Amino acid sequence: MLAKRIIPCLDVKNGVVVKGVQFRNHEIMGDIVDLARRYAEEGADELVFYDITASSDARVVDKSWVRKVAEVIDIPFCVAGGIKSVEDARRILEFGADKISVNSPALADPDLITRLADKFGVQCVVCGIDSYFDRETGKYWVKQYTGDESRTLVTKWTTPEWVTEVQKRGAGEIVLNMMNQDGMRNGYDLEQLKLIRGLCRVPLIASGGAGAMEHFRDGFKIANTDGCLAASVFHKGLIHIPDLREYLRKEGVTVRD
Amino acid sequence: MQNQKITVIDTGSANLTSVVIALRHLGADPVISTDEKTIREADRLILPGVGTASAAMKLLKERNLPDLVKSLTQPVLGICLGMQMLGLESQENMGESGESVPVSCLGLVNGTVSLMKTGDLPLPHMGWDQVSCVRESPLFKDIPDNSYFYFVHSYAMNVCADTLAVTEYGEKFTAVVQKDNFFGTQFHPEKSGRIGARLLNNFLNL
Repeated sequence: MLAKRIIPCLDVKNGVVVKGVQFRNHEIMGDIVDLARRYAEEGADELVFYDITASSDARVVDKSWVRKVAEVIDIPFCVAGGIKSVEDARRILEFGADKISVNSPALADPDLITRLADKFGVQCVVCGIDSYFDRETGKYWVKQYTGDESRTLVTKWTTPEWVTEVQKRGAGEIVLNMMNQDGMRNGYDLEQLKLIRGLCRVPLIASGGAGAMEHFRDGFKIANTDGCLAASVFHKGLIHIPDLREYLRKEGVTVRD
Repeated sequence: MQNQKITVIDTGSANLTSVVIALRHLGADPVISTDEKTIREADRLILPGVGTASAAMKLLKERNLPDLVKSLTQPVLGICLGMQMLGLESQENMGESGESVPVSCLGLVNGTVSLMKTGDLPLPHMGWDQVSCVRESPLFKDIPDNSYFYFVHSYAMNVCADTLAVTEYGEKFTAVVQKDNFFGTQFHPEKSGRIGARLLNNFLNL
């Protein structure tokens, strides 16, 4: 049976891992590689690297660290952040990434998803969605440029509409980042996940809010997501991946041996 | 193995890097090529592929590769789309008006490739899934039955006379195929951790 995926996410800025990893300010290139290797060895099913320098700065970002990651891990990994063109994506895939994830640039230019899917196949194209629950309207809305607070804006898209749209355009996987939960470690927004699961024919990854092992279980068992992504609980050592796998197995979730 | 000549056939896909890295970790020194002499003289060949069957077959033809590949007698390993290209034909070819027109493949194994019927399960079939052996092969040496490998695909080859192993996702499909010197895996051994490395190593030691 297809195993549910445990996915650590590493935020990268100027070639070093930043958020959540308390390596102080002398983080060097090696840190990305060391963390990637550690998570792969501990049994992560895949890794996501989110380059947070990217979308907010309008410059070409050095992605050579992608190649270094590819050299040391033998599990799949996805690179997100600042991919605005087929050429950007090609460079990252040639460095050895398996998937590329687009978020803000896809909102600015939805046809980008189609061009990427046509060129590299839908299996390469992940769409990241930053979803925000607005109490006044009682709806989930998609936000753009969340990497830079001064530029963050609410789009015209409700999350269910955008989820439907990106699938039509060729997204092969959706990472739903639930912003109200992000960093809170109170668990994923299961109501939202269930709503989106019902609309999502491609693999769905939960992101934002994981703080305990039960949260992963609930994401998989209650919302039937294909993967659960988390950052700080892994970086801060609050959850150890081998323990999480053992726990999920006991809870009846199919995980890789 | 160190003296073996390993050639990765350049099918134009963007992610040849991972295959090359995985082979290097096993002590091999692969070259990426479309050159006839390099391909003929290789001891082992890898046929990778990502994208669509129609685009990949078109590219092989542009590079005059189909007849050359068919004439090879040394072990060849097709990976993912590279495995699907070993089959008779693939439905993965959208015509101008959006209808699916089967594209002829290399015809080296007796399977045909079509869109997976998964019912309510998400597509693409993406992630780690179990591979069950249906026929003994040295390719599976020291690999426990039902081991997990990494898959990412929407089209799959039916179970056929040349199937070595199957995976079930909605329905059973060919996960590993072999006829004579031609081998193929639907999953990505180069992305399947230690167990994937073992399979690649077995291929190099056939």
